Amino acid sequence: MYKYDNYDQQMVDTRVEEFRDQTRRRLSGELSEEKFRPLRLMNGLYLQLHAYMLRVAVPYGTLSGAQMKALGDIADKYDRGYGHFTTRQNIQYNWIKLEDAPEILADLAKVEMHAIQTSGNCIRNISSDHFAGAAADELVDPRPYAELLRQWSSFHPEFSYLPRKFKIAVIAADTDRAAMRLHDIGIQIVKNDAGEIGCAFYVGGGMGRTPMVAPCINEFVPLDDLITYSEACLRVYNRHGRRDNKYKARIKILVHEMGKDEYTRQVEEEFAHLKSQGIEPPLAELERIKPYFADPAFKSGLSDEIDRTDTDFALWVDRNTVVHKAPGYVSAVISLKPVGGIPGDASADQIRLMGELATDYSFDECRVTHTQNIVLPHVEKARLKDLFDILDANGLSSPNLDTIEDIIACPGLDYCSLANARSIPVAQKISERFSGSGKTAELGELKLKISGCINACGHHHAGHIGILGVDRKGVENYQLLLGGSEAEDTSLGKITGPGFSEDGIVDAVEKAADVYIANREDGERFLDTYRRIGMDPFKEAIYG
Amino acid sequence: MKILTGNDLKTGDVTWWDGQGWSRHVNDAVDVGEKADEIAAREEASRNVVSAYAIDATKDENGVRPAHIKDRIRALGPTVRPDLTLKPADPTAGNWVI
Repeated sequence: MYKYDNYDQQMVDTRVEEFRDQTRRRLSGELSEEKFRPLRLMNGLYLQLHAYMLRVAVPYGTLSGAQMKALGDIADKYDRGYGHFTTRQNIQYNWIKLEDAPEILADLAKVEMHAIQTSGNCIRNISSDHFAGAAADELVDPRPYAELLRQWSSFHPEFSYLPRKFKIAVIAADTDRAAMRLHDIGIQIVKNDAGEIGCAFYVGGGMGRTPMVAPCINEFVPLDDLITYSEACLRVYNRHGRRDNKYKARIKILVHEMGKDEYTRQVEEEFAHLKSQGIEPPLAELERIKPYFADPAFKSGLSDEIDRTDTDFALWVDRNTVVHKAPGYVSAVISLKPVGGIPGDASADQIRLMGELATDYSFDECRVTHTQNIVLPHVEKARLKDLFDILDANGLSSPNLDTIEDIIACPGLDYCSLANARSIPVAQKISERFSGSGKTAELGELKLKISGCINACGHHHAGHIGILGVDRKGVENYQLLLGGSEAEDTSLGKITGPGFSEDGIVDAVEKAADVYIANREDGERFLDTYRRIGMDPFKEAIYG
Repeated sequence: MKILTGNDLKTGDVTWWDGQGWSRHVNDAVDVGEKADEIAAREEASRNVVSAYAIDATKDENGVRPAHIKDRIRALGPTVRPDLTLKPADPTAGNWVI
């Protein structure tokens, strides 16, 4: 894991004291809300439906055991005993007091964390593959590159007031586990025909009210141009992105309206100019970062055998563990989606426990996934049963990874001031319905994602089944979408037709699932069957 | 009726203008008529409240009921965590917002 150097620590500590003074001035009346609001947002402090909400950055989703435990302590000490893991690999606290916020930031700084750039029109937390460094199919660990981008984008003076927020994802495998093409910039680390490592740049993706799949604008940018090319992409956006209409201000609109070819031409022109300026950090900096992400000391000669006598354990192994690059190890996914639970929520005790388990079972590392689960990336197969027993005793052993119960849901109208409808109750009812009917196993991989408004924090466009909550004259209404994917086969879901009530949408999802079961061919997932047979059979069943 | 709501500056708690000050309970809210902007400006300047705004509501024998579901959820708390609402002992309290 990356460790702050003196510069990192000083930067974060200085910001804490700066915000402490700003908060003091706000509470004493020296600062108006108009002046204070952008300052608190720069530190991740929103005013939400019920209270202040603090969003804490988890760079590329990676946490040490101590960091995770600190997040649990904050939930207990300053919030109401829980935290909410988000679809951008962050954590949010829903009940923060303004007067406590500086102290929370100070506590975070002690474990090399902060909430900087988790709001505002700047470059947000860099996200990545939650199996980075463990995945058997990755070319390299993408996190050193994500870390380099984090350092470049932190307090970048030119990009602190972009036309709109800006999200970057970095992956290094052909399997996309980070929704890479649905980011403002998606970067895939690739190898060219000459065997050199470089970066493919996808620019102009995103969800929200105008979903777009990012086109590839450059299939191979040499590694020692990563930052310069990123800078060029941002500069063209900063220059031409619309500031007159926030709904048309994201880079996806610019790339779409300017056209991919013209945007690319301008990026290349800017890139050529920037090359002459020598802004690229020396490769030595990347080499300095890389050792922090070196493989832990995996044991050799481990057995791959797992005792499957306990059927509950065997099911959890089948569903929630993922093949690892090192023999004898797996990545274990801790589902935060208990049946009828709140997707992404974990109690302070559970958060601390997951931190302890990271230390004890996974070389002191855990990951937050964009699907609102937690990963222990490096677990010995021989110790899985012990791990499972602890998880099971603490409500963390739901065996439902990538099933219809593994639902992404935004906080929705229960917490969010932007939402039009509640997301969480719909997720709860769907997981209860399918768990109760026993269809979950039969359906296999089925990714269901729910957003409570068009901003799409719940990634509804990218769900095999997506649900969008809307406001129909003050009444919650839910639209159904089918056919989305945020994996390497990225696609955007299509709306089936008129919307439904809260109970009606649960029925509609079950009908769609039944159409899949009735029509699937061998080996087909829900998404595959939808793509083969199209929307009509589903509409017929749903609207009859 | 028009009622005035906002958040407590220090704690962020949802509050309702009760005619003399700010209450955590929507049933204490009073009709502010045309004076919403005036009260909001004064109270924000005094740092008693932040992000104050007026909403439509009705009042009957059951109390004050904001017209929009968003404000009813603000008044109660998250429907998915009855224990964190203003009526933690009533697991069905969430039905009020529907």
